Amino acid sequence: MRVLKAFIAVVALVLVALVVAQVPGGQSLLGIVLPYLAFAIFLGGFIYRVMYWAKSPVPFRIPTTCGQESSLSFIKQNKLDCPTTKTQVVGRMLLEVLLFRSLFRNTRASIHDGPKLAYGSNKWLWLFAILFHYSFLVIILRHMRLFTDPIAGFVPMLEFGDGFLEVGATTIYQSSFILLAAVTFLFLRRVLRPYLRYISLPADYFPLLLIFGIGVSGILMRHVFRVDIVSVKELTMGLVTFSPSIEGQIGAIFFVHLFLVCVLLAYFPFSKLMHLGGVFMSPTRNMANNSRMVRHENPWNDPNIKPHSYAAYEDEFREFMVDAGLPVEKEPEPAPAEPEVEEAAPADAEEKPKA
Amino acid sequence: MYGSGRIIPALIIFVGLMTFPIWYNAGKAQQPPELVLPSEYSECVRDTQFMRESHMVLLHEWRDDILRKSGPRSGVTASGMQYERSLQKGCMSCHYDKKNFCDQCHDYTAVVPDCWACHLEPTKEAI
Repeated sequence: MRVLKAFIAVVALVLVALVVAQVPGGQSLLGIVLPYLAFAIFLGGFIYRVMYWAKSPVPFRIPTTCGQESSLSFIKQNKLDCPTTKTQVVGRMLLEVLLFRSLFRNTRASIHDGPKLAYGSNKWLWLFAILFHYSFLVIILRHMRLFTDPIAGFVPMLEFGDGFLEVGATTIYQSSFILLAAVTFLFLRRVLRPYLRYISLPADYFPLLLIFGIGVSGILMRHVFRVDIVSVKELTMGLVTFSPSIEGQIGAIFFVHLFLVCVLLAYFPFSKLMHLGGVFMSPTRNMANNSRMVRHENPWNDPNIKPHSYAAYEDEFREFMVDAGLPVEKEPEPAPAEPEVEEAAPADAEEKPKA
Repeated sequence: MYGSGRIIPALIIFVGLMTFPIWYNAGKAQQPPELVLPSEYSECVRDTQFMRESHMVLLHEWRDDILRKSGPRSGVTASGMQYERSLQKGCMSCHYDKKNFCDQCHDYTAVVPDCWACHLEPTKEAI
């Protein structure tokens, strides 16, 4: 059901774009108004989310440590998995952001005859995640051919590398197909594994299906229906130079592609996709585990509230504690002359030698 | 706000990267393609919109048809005009000025067709 909801949402978006592209004025809406709106929501929302996170205090060191911490000189510290300095944290973060190290550590539990529980290395998630992210990066950078004039220097190099198979009249790019394959894997993984399906929400399926839709519409636009790329670039260049206009005929598939991208941009700051910013702000990753070297004080401690030691506490409440039968470290000094009480309460006398 | 010393510069860098096309193009003269169309003909082998979108597919079709299936070397347009199915002898007999025709749009959109790996750009005298 949850996957169906996400699927219906994406199909509805495609249909909306197809219909609106046919309506008079619809192309200006999809091609000019919505891209600006979506980009503004993306930037504004992204900054809002990051600032919102930045307002959350993180008073204590809470890094997830996955290795030997800094200890005695003859015990080797695992500097990347349990960093104690800023440099080590930067190293850890770089490997996490660029190589997805925590996914690489992914394991899978299985039960064998016996019964025996076994944990095995499971790299598929890491492999397809890294293929997905880097293909997406290459695709975005490649699209800069539509947003720079004269064309930025890195674009021809990327296009050469990405299209070096030289298949077809409009050369296929490997990254397009790798992206689709990877996003398909990530989707099927959620659908086919019962335990993943159980914890998956529409918000997990929707971005995958949306990106799948963007990829398919882009491939269709380039290889099947084909649109007038010069008209497209005149529109995109108009957008980035703030003088947009739609000249010539552009096929409906372009507007489907663009609309889905706009939806992705506008949806981005309010979804799990914010891990783009969140990975840098995650306190369990970006903190050094140096609690044993540096004293970290809670920054919003009220200076008017003085420390109250247990000894002082007991001094304050000793009588009440004794009355309530609570054990005390220091017995109250016996009242000067009340021998009758001592005789009458042998229980007290028994306790005395203890103190 | 905590960690503003790192977060604010990082956000500025992020916004800078995201708006790269805006500041990259600011103040630069755009070079939209200006095609020099042949003066002696008013129609191509297919309609203009098709040629704009799919001329490369047509060229590949001709190539595959002629070289691999021994297909006909000439074709007829919708209005009955005969033409040669060839890049050098067909297309470029009208569009002989590669610089002011082919390259205009290809350079504008960073397209590097592999036509010229084998074909030569005809000189005006040869036509």
